[in-house]
Amino acid sequence: MELDNIEKLLEKYFEATTTVAEEKELQTYFSQESVATHLEQYKPMFSYFSNAKEERYTKQVPLKPRKNYYKWISVAAVAVLTFGIYFGNEYQEREKAKYAYQETKKAFELLATNFGKGTEKVAYLQEFETAKQKIYNNN
Amino acid sequence: MKQAEFLNVVMPFKDKLYRLAKRLLVSKEEAEDATQEILLKLWSKNETMEQYKNVEAFAMTMTKNFCLDRLKSKQASNLKLVHSNYSDESTSLQRQLEAEDSVKWMERIMDELPEQQKMVLQLRDVEQYEFEEICELLDMKPTAVRVALSRARKVVRQELVKKHSYGIG
Repeated sequence: MELDNIEKLLEKYFEATTTVAEEKELQTYFSQESVATHLEQYKPMFSYFSNAKEERYTKQVPLKPRKNYYKWISVAAVAVLTFGIYFGNEYQEREKAKYAYQETKKAFELLATNFGKGTEKVAYLQEFETAKQKIYNNN
Repeated sequence: MKQAEFLNVVMPFKDKLYRLAKRLLVSKEEAEDATQEILLKLWSKNETMEQYKNVEAFAMTMTKNFCLDRLKSKQASNLKLVHSNYSDESTSLQRQLEAEDSVKWMERIMDELPEQQKMVLQLRDVEQYEFEEICELLDMKPTAVRVALSRARKVVRQELVKKHSYGIG
């Protein structure tokens, strides 16, 4: 091949004044089996560049899943929260009712015991009455 | 933009993003993560994507900025220690031809270059972008690009010559 041309291109190449097309020319020259011995040392450079271009991104492109995932998580969270508030309220209400019932029961019990005490005292009064009757009857 | 459309736009250049990321971050895993991150960012912008004239250039710039940020961040200090691509490849390389051994050498030489030269060399010699595109991508003046490119190529040549004569002598 026109070795002269290649050498000139190489010189331009290192001054960074070659065009993409000219660089492709160099690329093809250095990709062949036999290269002029004094240019052998540049071969790795060009074969490296063409090799490097072959590298691929092999991972999956992750698009929707993550987005949807977050959306559904938030939906689930809202649902759980609503249920929680709803049933939590109900539960609290029931607890309150139970408490009120207990308190009323306690109050009634107190009343009942006091009534009990009252009847005991009335029983004494009854004793007095019978004693009085006896005295009257004797007279 | 629908997912399928988006993929059609992105597929042709996703490898370029990955290669640029790998050039800068060196580690394969880091580069994969970076690419994934960029693709997700692009996808999140898919509503406005039609407005961009050149999605590829936009994505490449994003990748560049992302990787440079990564390198600057704290994690980057670990990152340099983490990448173990060398040893991994060298075991298989021992069985390979000498020609591929020098490709390996090239990789080391490239890794030693300053980031800007790395990027210019990657964009020009691997991806074959035109000068105007590189200027736009890297936000550099045309002369600066040329200087960086010339310098990078010369460094590579110098290192290769050193290695070449070492092999002989």
